[in-house]
Amino acid sequence: MGDLPPYPERPAQQPPGRRTSQASQRRHSRDQAQALAADPEERQQIPPDAQRNAPGWSQRGSLSQQENLLMPQVFQAEEARLGGMEYPSVNTGFPSEFQPQPYSDESRMQVAELTTSLMLQRLQQGQSSLFQQLDPTFQEPPVNPLGQFNLYQTDQFSEGAQHGPYIRDDPALQFLPSELGFPHYSAQVPEPEPLELAVQNAKAYLLQTSINCDLSLYEHLVNLLTKILNQRPEDPLSVLESLNRTTQWEWFHPKLDTLRDDPEMQPTYKMAEKQKALFTRSGGGTEGEQEMEEEVGETPVPNIMETAFYFEQAGVGLSSDESFRIFLAMKQLVEQQPIHTCRFWGKILGIKRSYLVAEVEFREGEEEVEEEEVEEMTEGGEVMEAHGEEEGEEDEEKAVDIVPKSVWKPPPVIPKEESRSGANKYLYFVCNEPGLPWTRLPHVTPAQIVNARKIKKFFTGYLDTPVVSYPPFPGNEANYLRAQIARISAATQVSPLGFYQFSEEEGDEEEEGGAGRDSYEENPDFEGIPVLELVDSMANWVHHTQHILPQGRCTWVNPLQKTEEEEDLGEEEEKADEGPEEVEQEVGPPLLTPLSEDAEIMHLAPWTTRLSCSLCPQYSVAVVRSNLWPGAYAYASGKKFENIYIGWGHKYSPESFNPALPAPIQQEYPSGPEIMEMSDPTVEEEQALKAAQEQALGATEEEEEGEEEEEGEETDD
Amino acid sequence: MDADSLLLSLELASGSGQGLSPDRRASLLTSLMLVKRDYRYDRVLFWGRILGLVADYYIAQGLSEDQLAPRKTLYSLNCTEWSLLPPATEEMVAQSSVVKGRFMGDPSYEYEHTELQKVNEGEKVFEEEIVIDKAVAIIPRGALFKTPFGPTHVNRTFEGLSLSEAKKLSSYFHFREPVELKNKTLLEKADLDPSLDFMDSLEHDIPKGSWSIQMERGNALVVLRSLLWPGLTFYHAPRTKNYGYVYVGTGEKNMDLPFML
Repeated sequence: MGDLPPYPERPAQQPPGRRTSQASQRRHSRDQAQALAADPEERQQIPPDAQRNAPGWSQRGSLSQQENLLMPQVFQAEEARLGGMEYPSVNTGFPSEFQPQPYSDESRMQVAELTTSLMLQRLQQGQSSLFQQLDPTFQEPPVNPLGQFNLYQTDQFSEGAQHGPYIRDDPALQFLPSELGFPHYSAQVPEPEPLELAVQNAKAYLLQTSINCDLSLYEHLVNLLTKILNQRPEDPLSVLESLNRTTQWEWFHPKLDTLRDDPEMQPTYKMAEKQKALFTRSGGGTEGEQEMEEEVGETPVPNIMETAFYFEQAGVGLSSDESFRIFLAMKQLVEQQPIHTCRFWGKILGIKRSYLVAEVEFREGEEEVEEEEVEEMTEGGEVMEAHGEEEGEEDEEKAVDIVPKSVWKPPPVIPKEESRSGANKYLYFVCNEPGLPWTRLPHVTPAQIVNARKIKKFFTGYLDTPVVSYPPFPGNEANYLRAQIARISAATQVSPLGFYQFSEEEGDEEEEGGAGRDSYEENPDFEGIPVLELVDSMANWVHHTQHILPQGRCTWVNPLQKTEEEEDLGEEEEKADEGPEEVEQEVGPPLLTPLSEDAEIMHLAPWTTRLSCSLCPQYSVAVVRSNLWPGAYAYASGKKFENIYIGWGHKYSPESFNPALPAPIQQEYPSGPEIMEMSDPTVEEEQALKAAQEQALGATEEEEEGEEEEEGEETDD
Repeated sequence: MDADSLLLSLELASGSGQGLSPDRRASLLTSLMLVKRDYRYDRVLFWGRILGLVADYYIAQGLSEDQLAPRKTLYSLNCTEWSLLPPATEEMVAQSSVVKGRFMGDPSYEYEHTELQKVNEGEKVFEEEIVIDKAVAIIPRGALFKTPFGPTHVNRTFEGLSLSEAKKLSSYFHFREPVELKNKTLLEKADLDPSLDFMDSLEHDIPKGSWSIQMERGNALVVLRSLLWPGLTFYHAPRTKNYGYVYVGTGEKNMDLPFML
């Protein structure tokens, strides 16, 4: 009798398990086209079916308990069917794949497993026989205890005949609650045919887990087929391998749960929030009418969308949503700074980040505060230098051999231009992306422009990067950027002829020393030039920014004019040098010069003009592109025009860049009475000298020793 | 950029400032469709625009089923009529590399060079395009995969690079037959996946630092720009399938790069 309990359990598990699986298979066979149902649904459908089939189970009570039972049942049922096999690996595989998986995975896999087994069976057996099998089992009446024993014996015999001895110490049995002792119904178990046996063998083989992980091929195929059925890709055969790889990858990279944010996307989200802040209107919304009035009035913020539209016709510019964000960023800038006029100058690309540049003019009197600070700093620096020189002189006087003082004087510093004039006419603000804060660029000095002409460096995107070059650039990337902006503006800001005119003041030319006028105003009578004429001739376009002289300024300054400070620091030296040097005044093309007078670049025209659309010339826009500064564009249409620069910030030259050569070797000190060059003593001379010295030393030592001995005797006492 | 997703691609590649005007876009969409039909290409790429002094050249490429096979190049001056450029021989490549300077925009223009014969501009355009394409056409890792039978296919399940991968140069490959792959050590080769890593990566390009890699649009788009051939822009939206490259420039190499870095 003791043997009976294990036996009844196992065959008893088979019918409910098989019935369950068959019931669900039948369900599957009915609803093939449906995607596999959600897991809870499945689970709950299974118990009701089982209830129908096995009323004895109803004593078990709660649904969850039944679910719990049924889960192991199903697995065990399948395992038990194979249990008779001599495949120990199956049994070892079973607990490992049962235990670590969470509940939901089980049911999903169970569903997929059933699908797979359904397919296997269908492939092997054909549908008709499957239905025939199902019907008798379904109609089976509830249990008949006597019949059970018959069942057992027939089972025993049938199974014994075909499968051989059972493995009694099946570890799966541990999961069986002992309460589920008695079988309830006498399911007529159809005799396993050889084909079915083969199927079960094959399945057992597939259920082997691989060496590397807990995954078995069976499970993997289940996953793969589930994925294919869910996604229904076109031509699945050709993507099979990729899908295979993806499924494997997904097994090891489960999606994070919904509570935690994806750590990779953090910077993206932060940036998006910053940009979102751009879109909120400043100030409260409760002011109502007042706000509306203010906004409808004039703002210094330009109509960037309109400009972007025209440039888009020319095939230039950033995308429209980017332009809108730039517009919002400029609006933010206008709110933060006291700005009178404002323009989007363009975008300069960098290696790590790019710069968006806004050209801005402050209201009167606003910007002087910062300038004073800068001046104070420079003055402080000069004072420090003066101290340093004085100290150096003192040290030198103390030394016995005076190192000859260098007679090289640095070339006089050319003073930078005042703000609102020349190269510093406008202020520039930069930011890396709309949403990030705007940084103001310092004014440009002539020295920086002169040096910027000699070097060619990519921008990195960070304003405080040092510019490592030869000749050494006086400043960091912010200064270099500002210098390039100044050069580009001076060379490529153009407007149609007649848009700007000189203000009608007379008699200024002589006073300014022939440097030309530097102010212009809008022409109220400008009628606009037809687009075709603009395209045909370069004489219809003029520069409206001043040309930068070789000195680095727009208006020439004689560097030898003494300022007060220079006079203080040693007049005598300067007078000696002043004589031979005279500097010629530098002259550049005056303001409002037409483009036709621009110098050619090695037989290349410096400008290219285009109609934006050749198919509809009546609505086209005239576009002018600079060949000297690639990336500088200007458009004109009717009374509107605009300039923009989007590029790397470098000039084009047909020849390669030649870096400046190092300075020539300095002259040696001229030999004179106080300095004379002598040759080093030779080895023989040194040795002779050494010998002579030793001799002299020896002589004096003997004398001293004689004296010391006497003294020593005295002291010892 | 793929002609099928032309509008989105142009939008994403617009960060470099050069794009196409609406009329060109419209004509491209229709004409590339016809090119695909006429020449029986599997995919048609809009390669880019070479700026000339008088007119611009618009270049397109047609790909057959095998993605790595040599691509056919077509050019057009107005985006509506496309002509096939003849395949270049090495002689012609050598000749045209000597003649420097900007393109005129007229395919029948003859360059004069004292030592060699005159070079036709049409050929020169083609050679330049080939050279540029070999140097800087890029594909992200995983977008193509190689089957054991030989041909390379587009990977339909390519879901995009992750953000961390997208910022590394090693996740991008040259879209051409590999040149340096054989020179890798065995240790390196062991880490490679032969179905995905069968092209040269950008990491070992000389000079180092000739690629600029940036995030744009608030970190939602990764943009690679070539510093050696200014005008080449490659964009990719991480975690999506959108990627592509376009060249808009003068067609000249930036020989000053070592001074500029």
